[in-house]
Amino acid sequence: MTNEQTHYDPACLPDFLPIYYKRLFPYGLYYQWLNYGGVPKTYFTNREFSFTLKDDVYVRYQSFADQQDMEKEIQKRCPYKIDIGAVFTHRPKDHKTVKAAAFQAQEKELVFDIDMTDYDEVRSCCSGADICPKCWPLMIIAVKIIDTALREDFGFEHLLWVYSGRRGIHCWVCDEQARKLSQNARTAIAEYLSVVKGGENQTKKCTLYDDSIHPSVRRAIDIVEDHFDDYAIRKQDFAGSEEKWGKVLALVPDDAVRSQVLEDCKEVKAESSRARWAILKKRQQDFKDKCKKSWCVTEEIMLQYCYPRLDVNVSKGINHLLKSPFCVHPKTGRVCVSMDPKKIDSFNPFKVPTLSQLCDELNQLENKSEDDPKKRVKDYKRTSLKEYAEIFDKFVHKLAGSWKGKLIEQSDIKKEF
Amino acid sequence: MEVTRQRRLKAPKLSGDRDKSRFTHNLLFYTLPPKDVISLQEFEDYAVERLKLLKAVENAGAKHLKGSDEYNNSVRDELKKFINHSSKPKNGSIYDMSDKEYDDIRKDLISHFVLRLAYCKSDELRRWYIQQETDLFRYRFSVESKESIQMFLKENKLNYSPIPFEEKQGILKKLADSHKDMTISLAEATDFYRVPFTEALDLVKARKVYVHRGYVYVPYNELVSIILGVFRTHLSHALAVICRALPHMEEQDRLLPMLSGLSKRYLGQDYSNRKPTGGQVTAAMIDMLSKKSFPLCMLQLHDGLRRDHHLRHWGRMQYGLFLKAIGLSLEEALKFWKDEFTKGPIDPDKFDKQYAYNIRHNYGKEGKRADYTPYNCLKIITSNAPGPGDGHGCPFRHSDTDMLRQKLSNLKIGKENSEAVISKVKEGHYQIACKMVFNLTHGIQEEEASFALQHPNQYFEESQRLINGGKEDGKSSQGSFTPVTPHSTPRTSQNSQKSSQPIPMKMEDVNDEDILQALENAQN
Repeated sequence: MTNEQTHYDPACLPDFLPIYYKRLFPYGLYYQWLNYGGVPKTYFTNREFSFTLKDDVYVRYQSFADQQDMEKEIQKRCPYKIDIGAVFTHRPKDHKTVKAAAFQAQEKELVFDIDMTDYDEVRSCCSGADICPKCWPLMIIAVKIIDTALREDFGFEHLLWVYSGRRGIHCWVCDEQARKLSQNARTAIAEYLSVVKGGENQTKKCTLYDDSIHPSVRRAIDIVEDHFDDYAIRKQDFAGSEEKWGKVLALVPDDAVRSQVLEDCKEVKAESSRARWAILKKRQQDFKDKCKKSWCVTEEIMLQYCYPRLDVNVSKGINHLLKSPFCVHPKTGRVCVSMDPKKIDSFNPFKVPTLSQLCDELNQLENKSEDDPKKRVKDYKRTSLKEYAEIFDKFVHKLAGSWKGKLIEQSDIKKEF
Repeated sequence: MEVTRQRRLKAPKLSGDRDKSRFTHNLLFYTLPPKDVISLQEFEDYAVERLKLLKAVENAGAKHLKGSDEYNNSVRDELKKFINHSSKPKNGSIYDMSDKEYDDIRKDLISHFVLRLAYCKSDELRRWYIQQETDLFRYRFSVESKESIQMFLKENKLNYSPIPFEEKQGILKKLADSHKDMTISLAEATDFYRVPFTEALDLVKARKVYVHRGYVYVPYNELVSIILGVFRTHLSHALAVICRALPHMEEQDRLLPMLSGLSKRYLGQDYSNRKPTGGQVTAAMIDMLSKKSFPLCMLQLHDGLRRDHHLRHWGRMQYGLFLKAIGLSLEEALKFWKDEFTKGPIDPDKFDKQYAYNIRHNYGKEGKRADYTPYNCLKIITSNAPGPGDGHGCPFRHSDTDMLRQKLSNLKIGKENSEAVISKVKEGHYQIACKMVFNLTHGIQEEEASFALQHPNQYFEESQRLINGGKEDGKSSQGSFTPVTPHSTPRTSQNSQKSSQPIPMKMEDVNDEDILQALENAQN
């Protein structure tokens, strides 16, 4: 394995992508996942995929008969991007032969998309499509909060988390019940998970009403608190300049508290984020002790700066197409790899292998290889992709456990052994 | 409507022959369709009245917080106009109903089913219909007594039982924290029902309930949410079934034209497929037009576009469809968006590949070729709230007060007037606030252009008419029905609520061309 990452240039795509699709894309696991045990048999064949070919040519309604067919197609057309859509009533590639009203999207995983761009107003290190180690913790917080909520509150078990390759993360909820959810149900879950609300005309985007905080929000606050010192104070220095401090203070609704805080800061010449935040917390606590009004301001500020910002529209549509795991991001060259939510603290997006790096590694393998071809391990397991494929493997394995029970049931009924 | 099997009906009688054993409860779940025989006139009249009711429910929801006293009073008053009987607790299983009560329930039942036929055809119509019927049901359920509700649940075979004490003990604090104004002792005293989360989506969505491992714990007084979930699912399914059956009912000449007209009528002018009254709008004219005749929501998007050389998806939808309806052709639109986007980080090729397709899609030239209709005020206010970085939505609804004050000061209408507008916003009267801004920026009094503002394109057209002193729009326009107010009564601020309803038109007043157009539109 190389220690240094080979610099990636999008111009290499036409040459390296074919290699990736021939030797590195984990077709076996991928098919095992999307086939869901072949229950029902048409689940995989009726799944829509979309390809973005070179020169931004976009084609929808791709579908495949089985793993072999899929491998052949992908290798032949070498898509720059692959998106996964819904499972339809008929084979998507045949949709033109079916009456429009009869061709419907029926099932799809429940998905979440968290995009760093949505945090631009609360991060000062980057904006737009850029990310850096100073703002990456937002994604760590997001994974912890959403993963826990989906499992504990909604009882979902089969969650596939992936890093999109550039500025965001996705979560695919693959439980059977999740795949069958209606649009209303998906919207309800996404709204339940949304705490930061409002557009550019809404300065204060998080208001916790009442004197009791919902258990799910309370849990999220605890998670944010664990990270707040390191992320907001040390990395972001979120109150370290007049401008930034002004933005924080704009979220304090009480004029009295705000002016008191400003006075305190002037008195002790508090100019660091840490000092200012401490003063704000103290004054807010005093205010709460005195008159019981708006005492959640500290929590509200923390949430506005750190709580996951979901795009509800991505989650709600059953036929929404989302980027496929393990495809390559054309702009950065990074592979859309799985993340282990239990080890999210140690996930480093800047170490995710790029296409050029992987091709380099393959070359090095050739040079050294004397292996007996029969004993050869799959190529992706011999490159930096290995650890990510292992996470994916674990996920698929666990998922497979859920339909093995079903298949046994079914064969019992049919009396097959 | 069919002849009933069990009773021998003589010649079709519209009243009389009341089989009071049909109705065991005044609240209907609308599971079984009516088996009455009625005249075409009654068919239509009932439908129109119910439609008026549903529209009033929608308006109440835009002005007030659902469930608040103002909301409940508003809906109660409208409901009284539709069926005028009070809901009393009933004794015994078949209650003692008067003839009037019977007629009212029958009207409720029939009108509901007629509207199902009218609103099943498109996703948008279905969504609107289900939303209003659900809101209406929620209100009616909320005013029933506990005994009445128990009976209703029993009659409709909805079996929910409270969780045992031991189960509740362990989660008391969580239950209390999940509900507004609930202490631990109150949680102890209240019955909670454990239900799969899919049956209580309203509560989950608003995070108003404790959710654990896929189940929600619903307190007694929120039972309505679960019932609503069942109601909504059932209705949604029924509409899908009807939609498929409609073509086979062979009612092309009799019922279908009238049903199509119905679905268009109370939603007012939808500004689709209209020839622009003021002639063509070109890309070069937009800056000037925006300052003179755009409502604040569109001005905000336009300014954002000029400032950032970009708009996010929903902003492009809301603004793009508006521009289409003011008369911007597809070619001009492509020119307009491309010019602006290429001033920013998007290069011309990227624009052609990524954005041009969507613009053509909006004009009905791609994909399923649906010619999308521009959003009306209610849609902008109530659906698809803006998220971080978004500039779409209704500025009166979606801006916080300071931000709104700033925007109003940019319009130069004066500090006192700005405050008057803001106080209207605080009362929840967003469209009225916008109309006030219209009056102030055009320098007119309310009487000079008294229309109920319901659509951004209506704002534009009225503005253009004032500025250009154009002729009456009325009959010369093609397209769906215009909500004409035949007598321009000066609106005082107290009457504002009532007079925002368009006055219904009788079928006889509408000409064949309008019906045909409405039929075409309904097929979108």
